[in-house]
Amino acid sequence: MATSIDSANTKAVERMVEARPVLTGMGKALDLIPGMHENLLLHAGPPIAWEQASGPLRGALIGALIFEGRAGDEEEAERLIVSGEVSLAPCHHHSSVGPMAGVVSPSMAVYEIENRTHGNRAYSNLNEGYGKVLRYGAYSEEVQERLRWMHEVMAPVLGAAIESCSGVDIRALLAEALHMGDEGHNRNKAGSVLYTKQLAPHIAKAAPDAATAADVIEALGDNALSVLNPVMAACKAMADAGSEVEHSTIVTTMARNGTEFGIRVSGLGGRWFTSPCPQPVGLYFPGFSAEDGNPDIGDSTITETAGLGAFAMAAAPAIVTFVSGTPQDALNATLEMYEITAAEHSSFTIPQLDFRGTPVGIDLRAVVETGITPRVNTGIAHREAGVGQIGAGLVRPPLALFTEALVSFAEEYGFQ
Amino acid sequence: MDDPSVPDDKAVASPIATLAEIRAGSYYDSVVLMLLQRALAELPGVLDAGVVMGTPANKALLAQSGLLTNALQGAAPEDLILVVKAESESTCRSALARVDEFLATRRSNQTGAYRPKSLASATRMIPEAEWVLTSVPGRYAAGVAREALNLGKNVFLYSDNVSVEDEISLKDTAASKGLLVMGPDCGTARVSGIGLGFANRVRKGRIGIVAASGTGLQTVMVGIHRLGCGVSQAYGTGGRDLSAEVRARSARHALALLEEDGETDAVVIVSKPPEASVAQELLSEAASCRKPVVINFIGYVSNEDRNSAPSNIRYARTLDETAEIAVRLTSASGSQGSYGKGSFTSQATAPLSRLVPSPEPQGFLRGLYSGGTLAYEALFLLQDSLPLVRSNGPLPGGKVLDNPHRSEGHTIIDLGGDAFTVGRLHPMLDNELRIRRLLQEAQDPETGLIVLDVVLGDGAHEDPASELAPAIEEAVAAAAQDGRTLPVVGVVIGTDADPQGLYRQVEQLEGAGAYVFTRHDDAMRAVACAFAGGGEGRHHIPPELKLCVSKSTGDVSNSSAFAAINVGLESFTDSLRDQGAEVVHVDWRPPAGGDERLANLLTRLR
Repeated sequence: MATSIDSANTKAVERMVEARPVLTGMGKALDLIPGMHENLLLHAGPPIAWEQASGPLRGALIGALIFEGRAGDEEEAERLIVSGEVSLAPCHHHSSVGPMAGVVSPSMAVYEIENRTHGNRAYSNLNEGYGKVLRYGAYSEEVQERLRWMHEVMAPVLGAAIESCSGVDIRALLAEALHMGDEGHNRNKAGSVLYTKQLAPHIAKAAPDAATAADVIEALGDNALSVLNPVMAACKAMADAGSEVEHSTIVTTMARNGTEFGIRVSGLGGRWFTSPCPQPVGLYFPGFSAEDGNPDIGDSTITETAGLGAFAMAAAPAIVTFVSGTPQDALNATLEMYEITAAEHSSFTIPQLDFRGTPVGIDLRAVVETGITPRVNTGIAHREAGVGQIGAGLVRPPLALFTEALVSFAEEYGFQ
Repeated sequence: MDDPSVPDDKAVASPIATLAEIRAGSYYDSVVLMLLQRALAELPGVLDAGVVMGTPANKALLAQSGLLTNALQGAAPEDLILVVKAESESTCRSALARVDEFLATRRSNQTGAYRPKSLASATRMIPEAEWVLTSVPGRYAAGVAREALNLGKNVFLYSDNVSVEDEISLKDTAASKGLLVMGPDCGTARVSGIGLGFANRVRKGRIGIVAASGTGLQTVMVGIHRLGCGVSQAYGTGGRDLSAEVRARSARHALALLEEDGETDAVVIVSKPPEASVAQELLSEAASCRKPVVINFIGYVSNEDRNSAPSNIRYARTLDETAEIAVRLTSASGSQGSYGKGSFTSQATAPLSRLVPSPEPQGFLRGLYSGGTLAYEALFLLQDSLPLVRSNGPLPGGKVLDNPHRSEGHTIIDLGGDAFTVGRLHPMLDNELRIRRLLQEAQDPETGLIVLDVVLGDGAHEDPASELAPAIEEAVAAAAQDGRTLPVVGVVIGTDADPQGLYRQVEQLEGAGAYVFTRHDDAMRAVACAFAGGGEGRHHIPPELKLCVSKSTGDVSNSSAFAAINVGLESFTDSLRDQGAEVVHVDWRPPAGGDERLANLLTRLR
């Protein structure tokens, strides 16, 4: 039996590693995302009801309904959701991922990623940049205005540019960015510059006028997270390629909705294992403290699931101040993750570790055996809607999640 | 928590309080526990502290010290016990409140290079390592050893409390892979010039050793060094290897390795008496060995056996004599080595005319040993001089001590015995248990003479005499206050190259009033004489050997590269590093955090 687990895991991880996610285009969520409909809002993390939703998630849901023109204010938005007229579903149930609140509404523009190796697709929304943004639960007029510009002006140009350059190979872009000090989750500085550089000439050609081209290029180039959303969708496409492999104990989803942390396991289909979200440990921006922080939120843990983020920390010593202290700690963070992963990535390598592949494919068994839980690099949201990011740091999902999943796996496959 | 009736606010003259805490399912390196216990005991107002795993033996020890509260009776072996006795309950409370702080300080010191969490990662970091040292708690040790064998490594298995079934299966697996398993319960070895576990620094030389006993091996190594010779390889087998069940699986393998070893001219085999049929098998293998073999089975071999021994076999009576015979054999065989060429000059091992005064007329012997084989040799060497010596590890047919924590008549205790070491450090590393016992014996009006062994070398306590000497002084003074003289005999097993400094240790013990010997058999002769009413308690030099040290001091440092992975006691990593070996330390934790149900499930899912 055990050999069948090992070979199932090998298969699941090989599929994750061999997946080649390419950014192929952009369109409306309603048109592209499977199962999307007029009365559906997607959100980060495992399933959740309005009653349990935290401040930032509620704010983003309200903001999305205002953006859609379905609600005029908070009360109306809340009524729509509580009455069931508008339903909620995890992004992960619709081949999608979104950072922080991760809210995607029907008319929002989304990136489309195609896994050229296995053919599956994945989606993510556009990154709004910093400050008051929907993903942190802000929904003021200023936020709405920004969203409208992004969707009416930026998205058509960006979509045309992506098509014009016949797609952006995100796996290749990430491999290069890791050699430039990114880890693909909290640090996407190099990747965002590479992304902007590749699209810039196409944007110049696709834009209706020079001023628009300049605005779009500036928006992409100024935002050190502009590539985060395509990267997350790429990671989703890779993780999905490894999911639903019978007998596999590889973790294929880790996601948080601001209330609960949830994981899913390749050999256990779509089943979520959830537990209350821990609070990240990290550094807070001046004027904020742990008391202001929301429990961890967002689908961005898909990067760690795919062997990036904290798992590739050794490549990004510049951001260790957020999570620990010294460049040695950055190396140790990655080295620790090898203890719980099944393979080393063939495309993502770390110069600081003599070009060793990043640790990839979290094995449930190894987590339970060693008691080492996956490290996650994360941003910290204010617990009130709309305040935004107040820090960054490290979080680890509770060990109990993995124990519970392992016991369920054993029951499912008759190991009890 | 006990005694809730004690009011907290009565800071002045509040009664002594004892508070305890149990942490279920915790695991810490026993060195960490020892340091924590010390840190707690040193806090102002704290009178005593205990930090141990909740094994029955440890609970018995706590009871001895009046630290076993009602709340602790129910502690399980996998529970961590924290107990503090202090001048007031609030002092107890604040001491216990600092536990996490002390544990955290320790952890924060461990920054820097990555410490792998598993053998597999360690192997990746140091693929050239051929040896894995394991000193994790017994119930996990077989698993670690098995993994090491599967990774193609030889195993030094220090852990005890490993089942005999596991021992046999490990040794069979090893044999099928051409690997050696030393242990379980193997305390000492010397491989390629590097000491593993508790090992003295001795010259490289041409005598190979197979030993089923740790201190037996150490004493022979030290003796060889003192005589100016050196050791090629010294393999431990674990104390149970020569039993009827295990049938000398490791000893036979080790003997074969030494027979093939080009750097070995003579072989020494040391063990407590083996099971009879196993002894015969091993003797016949030794008889067919192409090299001279010196055997010391500590009293097992009869005079007829001695006389009818095959030509390549010599029997020795004491451990020190074993070293002498081996040295004589190698020099006779004319082999070249770094050891003495020609005449040996004499090395004073202790003041030659040291006399141990006779004990009080009704006084009994109390031997408090850290070395099991030394304790056993003491029983053997004293059997004709003292009637009925009780022990927790008696000679065949000897009298077992009813309660190992309470001496009765003449008593020789092995404080390294299983009953004392489950979930706590060996007395060679942690003197505390022995000091408590020493003071306990000193209070006992029946105690007439105390013997302590002090074993030096890598892996052992860094300065045992610095802790034992004040305790000896206190013991002697306590007896004096009662109007009794209490001679204390110290036997220091160590070489001039050992990190603790042989002479520094001897001086400190002598300074405290102990009668110090560096040969165990000499000490036993002196003790026997003291009980016989004084007289010839002199240091004994066999007339036919004008020993000892040669002018060639030899090379104690190793030249060959040695690499190993250590799983368990950090002090082993430190000592390997001190000796210049390459070593990677595994930051080991029990599988699934010690949850047996999950661990079993994981085994099925592997």
